[in-house]
Amino acid sequence: MKKQFALRAYLPVIITGVVVGIAALILTAMGNPKNMGFCIACFERDIAGALGLHSAAVVQYIRPEIIGMVLGALISAVAFKEFRAKSGSSPACRFVLGAFVMIGALVFLGCPLRMVIRLGGGDLTAVAALLGFLAGILVGLVFLKKGFTLGRAYPIRRGEGLMLPGFMVILLCLLLFAPQLLKFSESGPGSMHAPIAVALIAGLAVGVFAQRSRLCMAGGLRDVFLMKDFTLLSGFLAIWITITIGNLVLGSYNLSALSQPVAHSQYLWSFLGMALAGWGSILLGGCPLRQLILSGEGNGDSAVTVFGMIFGAALAHNFGLAGSADSVVDGVYKVGGIKTPGMVAVCIGFVVLLVISLTHLPKKGD
Amino acid sequence: MIDTRGLSCPIPVVMVQKAVKDAPAKLEVLADAEVAVENITRFARSQGYEVSVTEDGIDYKMTLTK
Repeated sequence: MKKQFALRAYLPVIITGVVVGIAALILTAMGNPKNMGFCIACFERDIAGALGLHSAAVVQYIRPEIIGMVLGALISAVAFKEFRAKSGSSPACRFVLGAFVMIGALVFLGCPLRMVIRLGGGDLTAVAALLGFLAGILVGLVFLKKGFTLGRAYPIRRGEGLMLPGFMVILLCLLLFAPQLLKFSESGPGSMHAPIAVALIAGLAVGVFAQRSRLCMAGGLRDVFLMKDFTLLSGFLAIWITITIGNLVLGSYNLSALSQPVAHSQYLWSFLGMALAGWGSILLGGCPLRQLILSGEGNGDSAVTVFGMIFGAALAHNFGLAGSADSVVDGVYKVGGIKTPGMVAVCIGFVVLLVISLTHLPKKGD
Repeated sequence: MIDTRGLSCPIPVVMVQKAVKDAPAKLEVLADAEVAVENITRFARSQGYEVSVTEDGIDYKMTLTK
């Protein structure tokens, strides 16, 4: 009985991990940037660029993967009677947290999902990010155990819970019927993308599977330390293993810390950027991927978080906070990474997260 | 009765975790999300509790017994 229950719990998450891994490999093979089959932070940043919210010409595109994930989660939630429109759990704090999670991720050059995808491609620079992500999660857990909460969400009108899915439908319509209104990169990562239909179907599939399995990159590590539960971590590991095997089979596995695609070797700032993203994700109750899925389930607070992330992406590129990739110029290896504004932004992020963490602890007598 | 309704993941589990420290023979938990029910069930079973869940309108009423 106990074994049956364990299998029932693990199987959906592992299958989801394999689906995400295969989808990422297909998307990369069909045009997405290397080691970026899926990246929630990068793709939301590209969407911000396509809408003209930032002017970094190399990262502008409406990513159908994001649209598909939200709509896939919506379809699944409705089909399985799990769509619940609710909101009201410190939305302003969530907007700010979303922005700093995004800034932290863009300092590293990837969300927690891309971190695993990079590891699966043999990118050793992502090890620093994994350690940072883990450190951030552990800091967040300290506050959770002390009673941190952003407060309760309450049932709201169904229309309010459909705001982010509705926004995604508008993005899809713009992409299909009025692309002239949008900005598209002509070079760089934003110009590299799989065909719209393939990206949309991959997003829909991941949205459905992630909604059913509750896949969460932050939750995977969090649950191990919080309650010795390895269920969600199995999805995290399934993605890593699937991507590694896929890259080995396709001959694109490159175990190295040098010349990795869209990656830099400023290890300290990769560590700190993902520590910020990890801590923020714990306070938010889920990683960037999970926020998209929750938005599809009708969670207005997660929708606000996603908008906060898009805002954070715009800030990151308008003010030069995001990392830049290592490159080879005239035969010389040039280390990328972040500049002073990015370092200051990460430090401000830690202060903001600390203030939010401390001010949302129970008061004496609660 | 532990009311976890409207709280983000994993706070419902943290609340139950705190409550089972005193090893009560029976605990009642109110949840409003399937994911909270699943997480609490996994945790409670790992602590040796039997879990029964009944739907109560849009909420779930969970009973944890040893």
